[in-house]
Amino acid sequence: MTVALVLLEVMPDGALAASSAGLLAAADQVGEPVAVIVGPADAAEEAAGLGAVRVLTADADPDALTLPVVDALAAAVARESPDLVLASNSVESRDAIARLAARLRLPLAADVVGLDRDELGIVARHSAFGGAFTVEGAPTFGPLVVTLRPGAVTERLDAQPVVVERLEVVASGVPAGRVESFSEPAAPSSRPELRGARIVVAGGRGVGSRENFALVEQLADVLGAAVGASRAAVDAGYVPAAAQVGQTGVTVSPRLYIALGISGAIQHRAGMQTATTIVAVDKDPEAPIFAIADFGIVGDLFTVVPHLISALEAPKK
Amino acid sequence: MKIVVLIKEVPDTWGERRLDLETGLTDRATATPVLDEIDERAVEAALAFADAHPGTEVVALTMAPASAAATVRKALAMGATSAVHVVDDALRGADLLLTADVLAAAIRRAGFDLVIAGNLSTDGGGGVLPAMVAEMLGVPNLTALSTLELSDDSVAGERVSDAGTMRVSAALPAVVSITEAMPEGRFTTFKGIMAAKKKPYETVDATALGVEPEDPAVPRYIMLSVSERPPRAAGVKITDEGDAAEKLAAFLADEGVLR
Ligand SMILES: Cc1cc2nc3c(=O)[nH]c(=O)nc-3n(C[C@H](O)[C@H](O)[C@H](O)COP(=O)(O)OP(=O)(O)OC[C@H]3O[C@@H](n4cnc5c(N)ncnc54)[C@H](O)[C@@H]3O)c2cc1C
Ligand SMILES: Nc1ncnc2c1ncn2[C@@H]1O[C@H](COP(=O)(O)O)[C@@H](O)[C@H]1O
Repeated sequence: MTVALVLLEVMPDGALAASSAGLLAAADQVGEPVAVIVGPADAAEEAAGLGAVRVLTADADPDALTLPVVDALAAAVARESPDLVLASNSVESRDAIARLAARLRLPLAADVVGLDRDELGIVARHSAFGGAFTVEGAPTFGPLVVTLRPGAVTERLDAQPVVVERLEVVASGVPAGRVESFSEPAAPSSRPELRGARIVVAGGRGVGSRENFALVEQLADVLGAAVGASRAAVDAGYVPAAAQVGQTGVTVSPRLYIALGISGAIQHRAGMQTATTIVAVDKDPEAPIFAIADFGIVGDLFTVVPHLISALEAPKK
Repeated sequence: MKIVVLIKEVPDTWGERRLDLETGLTDRATATPVLDEIDERAVEAALAFADAHPGTEVVALTMAPASAAATVRKALAMGATSAVHVVDDALRGADLLLTADVLAAAIRRAGFDLVIAGNLSTDGGGGVLPAMVAEMLGVPNLTALSTLELSDDSVAGERVSDAGTMRVSAALPAVVSITEAMPEGRFTTFKGIMAAKKKPYETVDATALGVEPEDPAVPRYIMLSVSERPPRAAGVKITDEGDAAEKLAAFLADEGVLR
């Protein structure tokens, strides 16, 4: 059985990052998923629960950026000779895996949305230009290094028995950046994460203010949805940048996307147009969002949304 | 201080962007080529430091077809000191490893204290190049910076990841990438455009950089297939006359998305 190494990220609270389950499931298409966890090994059990057949752990200086993870991954590759090295296309993992590919001189496929194996080897699938094109690629030979778009793979694996092995890591001595201080997000949200969410309710400049944005959040909570935003809403300070959907924000592909006061500029559509069902509420009948909306309402969001919230809550009472 | 800024020409996100279904490469015929917005911000970050620190050299570096010269000139017109343009037919469709090899070789040749790149290009690079280049140069990477503080021997800034917000720093030389939270690129002026014409503009090929694009011993990532998704059609559009919310609630119930 070939090995598919999977880098898992541990969050500050000690739990694995939300991307972990999808990473292990994607890796399973190629080989036996073997997890690599750099830092406290407590999350190994969780990794096995998500389908890792073995968990390789390594200690690391938590204040050194990226390089301890690269060194650990290099040790894991030397030990396991994997066909695949997979990590999330997140800010942290992406740096480590990029440096690994450069160090080991391995081909890298970035922002992949799915993996397969055919008789010739691994095939990676990408979604280009806002989902308008699908591209497939493969390495000419040897192992492939891949970053996976968070939320793109929704399959889940069965739990495995917990098998933990220590990695012997020789530090490369390459100079690293330092983390001088760290602050966790003010209030960890109880809402679903934007990436991979089943329903997304997003607000734009039309929402008008940070205070008004509570209306968007209220609808999201009624639907059990994640909260998204346009760049204009982020730039205006209504919401943190992590909520931005679009070209330079998060790409989502939910079952339902509700756009409130978002005109639907091409760069916004690039991040949400593969949603199964799109709903839009906008005052301007000419807003481009209506060109891709399955259900469009020309109207004032401040009257439509409160009505919608009562209509949705009514049957529950 | 010598700052190398990595710039990339991309198809304008405001226009129609297509992949050639034969080659899998960007269809340059339909697209309007522009300097990527994030790289305008990267140039701006370098120029802001240069404005306050006379004697700072800002080199704009790209690997792109010869046709990207106008885009490179834009960085010069904004205020970059000089440009290096790597042009080579053998680099068409280069994968990430080859692109990083070429950029790292060109940076080493130019000399640098700091490299500034965008965190993510809009034509789908995946944001991995800055860290790859840092590894090849053997220097620290500080990526996804939303603020940038530069001194003679170190660089620092704020960085937001899924885990939280951190302040990071590194001794120079280093490679950093910036996010769109950094200031927009300055406008070019007529004076800047005229001055750009006289600035050093060097064109080099892969061989001059000591990179062998077609080395069969190096594994490559190659494109197997490209397909196009049919565009999305518009559905129902109603004007709110007081009952739109009820109609929408019914639509959502019919769609089976509520649970
Ligand atoms: C390189 C690049 C990358 C970009 N990346 C992104 C990205 O990732 N994500 C993104 O979103 N944008 C991105 N943009 C910006 C994009 O071009 C638009 O500027 C942005 O999406 C506009 O946001 P908006 O729809 O909220 O604002 P607007 O376009 O101003 O639209 C606001 C809408 O609200 C409506 N409205 C106002 N009041 C009400 C009301 N009371 N009720 C109902 N409707 C109301 C208006 O009719 C209008 O249609 C990018 C741009 C560039 C150049
Ligand atoms: N061909 C290139 N030439 C110069 N710089 C590049 C090139 N490709 C990517 N970059 C730089 O790397 C950043 C991230 O790009 P990417 O990894 O493609 O998302 C860009 O914003 C540029 O600064």
